[in-house]
Amino acid sequence: MAFFFAQFLTGLANAAALFLVASGLSLIFGVTRIVNFAHGSFYMLGAFVGVTLMEFLPGAVGFWGAIVLTGLVVGLIAAVVEMVVLRPIYRAPELFQLVATFGVILVIQDLALMIWGAEDRLGPRAPGLRGVWRIFGEPVPKYDIILIAMTPFILFALWYLITRTRLGVLVRAATQDREMVGALGVNQAWLFTGVFALGSALAAWGGALQLPKGGADLLMDFNIIGAVFVVVVIGGMGSLPGAFIAAVLISVLNVFGVTYLPQSTLVLMFVVMAIVLIIRPYGLLGREEVAGEHGQVGAPETPIRPYGTRGRMVVTALLLVLAALPFVADQFLLILTIDILIFALFAASLHFILGSGGLVSFGHAAFFGGGAYAAALLVFHTDTPMELAFLFAPLAAGLLALGIGWFCIRLSGVYFAMLTLAFSQLVWSVAFQWRGLTRGDDGLINIWPAPWLNGPVTYYYFTLILAVGGILVLRHIIHAPFGYALRAGRDSPRQAEAMGIDVKRVQLVAFAIAGVMAGLAGGIFVFAKGSVFPTELEIAKSFDALIVVFLGGVKTLAGGVVGATFLSSVEHWLTRLEYWRLVLGLVIIAVVILMPEGIVGSLRSLWARVTGSKSEVSK
Amino acid sequence: MLSVERINSYYGKAHILDDLSFEVRRGEVVALLGRNGAGKSTTMKSVMQLVRPRDGAVMFQGRNLVGDPAFRVAKAGLGYVPEDRRIFTDLTVLENLEVGRQPARRDAPHWSVEQLFQIFPNLSERRGNRGKHMSGGEQQMLTIARTLMGNPALLLLDEPSEGIAPVIVEQMARTILQLKAEGLTVMISEQNLHFARAVADRAIIIEGGQKKFDGTFAELEQQPEIRDAYLSV
Amino acid sequence: MTEILRVENLKKSYDGFIAVNGVSFSVKQGELKALIGPNGAGKSTCFNMLMGQLRPTAGEVFLDGSRITGQKPREIWRRGVGRTFQITGTYQSMTVIENVQMALISHHRRLFSFGARAWRLYRDEAMDFLRTVDLQDQADRPCSVLAYGDLKRLELAIALCHRPRLLLMDEPTAGMAPQARIALMQLTADIVRDQGVSVLFTEHDMDVVFAHAHHIMVLNRGALIADGSAAEVRNNPKVQEVYLGGGTLFKEEAHA
Repeated sequence: MAFFFAQFLTGLANAAALFLVASGLSLIFGVTRIVNFAHGSFYMLGAFVGVTLMEFLPGAVGFWGAIVLTGLVVGLIAAVVEMVVLRPIYRAPELFQLVATFGVILVIQDLALMIWGAEDRLGPRAPGLRGVWRIFGEPVPKYDIILIAMTPFILFALWYLITRTRLGVLVRAATQDREMVGALGVNQAWLFTGVFALGSALAAWGGALQLPKGGADLLMDFNIIGAVFVVVVIGGMGSLPGAFIAAVLISVLNVFGVTYLPQSTLVLMFVVMAIVLIIRPYGLLGREEVAGEHGQVGAPETPIRPYGTRGRMVVTALLLVLAALPFVADQFLLILTIDILIFALFAASLHFILGSGGLVSFGHAAFFGGGAYAAALLVFHTDTPMELAFLFAPLAAGLLALGIGWFCIRLSGVYFAMLTLAFSQLVWSVAFQWRGLTRGDDGLINIWPAPWLNGPVTYYYFTLILAVGGILVLRHIIHAPFGYALRAGRDSPRQAEAMGIDVKRVQLVAFAIAGVMAGLAGGIFVFAKGSVFPTELEIAKSFDALIVVFLGGVKTLAGGVVGATFLSSVEHWLTRLEYWRLVLGLVIIAVVILMPEGIVGSLRSLWARVTGSKSEVSK
Repeated sequence: MLSVERINSYYGKAHILDDLSFEVRRGEVVALLGRNGAGKSTTMKSVMQLVRPRDGAVMFQGRNLVGDPAFRVAKAGLGYVPEDRRIFTDLTVLENLEVGRQPARRDAPHWSVEQLFQIFPNLSERRGNRGKHMSGGEQQMLTIARTLMGNPALLLLDEPSEGIAPVIVEQMARTILQLKAEGLTVMISEQNLHFARAVADRAIIIEGGQKKFDGTFAELEQQPEIRDAYLSV
Repeated sequence: MTEILRVENLKKSYDGFIAVNGVSFSVKQGELKALIGPNGAGKSTCFNMLMGQLRPTAGEVFLDGSRITGQKPREIWRRGVGRTFQITGTYQSMTVIENVQMALISHHRRLFSFGARAWRLYRDEAMDFLRTVDLQDQADRPCSVLAYGDLKRLELAIALCHRPRLLLMDEPTAGMAPQARIALMQLTADIVRDQGVSVLFTEHDMDVVFAHAHHIMVLNRGALIADGSAAEVRNNPKVQEVYLGGGTLFKEEAHA
């Protein structure tokens, strides 16, 4: 019993940092509507800046002073990031900004590597709080008790700020209608910068406060972001008490998970989140998001048309070049092209649901990796012939998408995105922790194609036919009645329902089709590489696909394919540099700022301006 | 007080305001009339810089507002009430008013919360209620009160009579006349000629983003062809 | 005349707040009936319950004598109820005619068809519907560039695609110029007469209501306070008090 209680206290202590980081994310999302992927980076910066400051400042005053200062320093950095990177793109289409924040992650990662080096830092102990107190005979670190005691004050301070001060009233008003707040004389640019800085400072405080318990390392950013999203979503977007309850829930559960179910620690919080969202779709204390409440930003999408003669000729020419490639290119270029084709199909499958359906999935890697694993498992454990195992990839991914989709489709917007993220993490943790089946991070190896397909040139043609075929099928569906119904459900769900369209059913079928195509890409991938590892199911993989869809242009049919080609090529050339993340991050940020409609969309606008064409219908 | 000089505004590729010029003088109530789609709302938004005119000038008390962000326009003394109300439904009446609060201005009437509650007694009863639990008429009153908290010198009211019950429309007309009596300058956009005539001193009629008439209602009465061509009553 | 729609004791409350409190009425075949009342009286809530967007707390809705209470919007649409929205809900990323084609694709049950090109399907039929509302010249323009009044007419065309027997129109003329209002309601009245459709609509413009509605109902604070002919409603003192007002302010001016 005493041990049980001590465990509980550890969980509560862990919740302090998590709550701080989560409340920051919630605050930023509420006001700016930006899903800030880089929030974990500010948490990591907080830890590193905190360590450095604590080395300079001595004693207890120095320790706590360093923590306070950390928030101010990181808040300042965040303010600069907001002004330089985000301010120019608030008017871009919704969620486009998350691409920029992804660029920020990469930049901060490499800057941290440059400044603090690759080695993990141990956090200093808090002066005067080094030992333990015994509670019911169990040792509990003094620092934990202090953290537990502090948390309610932090919650109260934030709650007071939001509900009782003018700043809080303005923040809540801006959450609802930021343009109107501006029209009433409030400088919303500074309000946004301020909120972004405050939210990031909260993350940094979280990073600094956990130093005596955890330390600082370069993986902190991605390690916490999953948990933070989970907390915000379980608590309900924009609800501080909700975030608090969820942070406690997740932290306590985690401590007990480590003790009693060590093989399931990664899955646990995502399972909890999935259960909460299924019962309460908008989180414990969240309220329903009304679509369109915040006003449509960006120009409306133009009607779609199949390519005209010129477009067809360009595509045909491109295909001919690709078909002729083995005659001129070396093996290295062929393999690179195979990678690009696989990624293009993967991105096109996400673009299909995101562009036409408005379904922003944060977990699309589940179907890519899921397809790859499905085929690999068959080959690895049962020696299934490659042809059969390969067919199983899209099939299994499609079924997985049907299952996951059935849960997720009930939600929309950010909640939908989060639930897909949760399910993909679930799939990932199964691959990672069910070592008996998947060999964990040792991966499944020796998954080679059938003899008749072995050889780079043959496999290249195999890839070319399937990837291009898949992309063309997706395009065809977009122009079919089904694709129109999908767009109808995105443009105006209530009109669609009022004309007899079962929007959820259409979306579910589309989700499954996207799963099949992602699984197909995964199937091609696993036999091209001969192996598969849990990295193919990671959040980073899902984000990759998201990034290229937005980079290419959501509102253009070719966006996913073009974005994938662009990113794969750039990444390929950059990875030979030492600080390639920094450069890639800057490239992404530059593209986002210079081409707010994505590469294809912006080129099209440019073309229209050059030729002076004023066509109301685009291709 | 306000002088709009040859502004051109676009919405996407559509040319909405075409070389539009007009003036509003201190202490008067001006009605901007015209059909739906004539450019009334765009005119209001162009003055507020919520839509940025591509050229021309919006001179307010001697300063050109074009290019300023909306908050600076508001701080200069322009109060804007949008046609779709846009109150903060999650905030209480008092909090809604707090968002609009700005320091007092020498050249404009000053409003306190209590004074506004005298003008809008319904709001006083519901000061702790959230915006979403209010009727449309009450919401309309709240947007006006919220904007008055900024102590504007010139109030822009976009279609105040649209979509509310006739009985509230009458109340709205009385309120506007009362505000005028307090020394406020007001510009309303309207489709309802009766309402405009009841509250305004002068009418400006626009069509296709161009000014077609500028004068008193008596003058308009003598040019029925203009009324028939552009107002279609 | 036969009864198309019958509503019995309809009620809707949200955590303590009663939006619609025991409303009963009926709409007969070929009838053009208006539902008026102050903002917040519960008109839209009523509409959303009739169309299945909201589930009533209590009460029943019958269409042609069969119960449709609590059914989903698309099920009610299948049974022959079309609707237009207060704030238009057309598909911004499609052309005008594609919006109508979409409705026809649904009408002909071709939604899950993967082979055809959607923009080739039912184009002629869609053009006929556009002609009904006089939008044929704008058929291939993107919906996003249409004027507001045209969008309202497009919605009407869309609602007609399934050959409804009852049309629910939520503030069909809101945001339109006076002449366009009259034209749209005249068009609606023609459709009622030619096709035998029944229409129930909400409206704030009293000129439109008194000029076109066969019968008028007045809703106030969630309850019906009048249901009758134009003259009966106009002279009802209760209606004047809560909704119509004295009209003195404008009448003096207008007749001055």
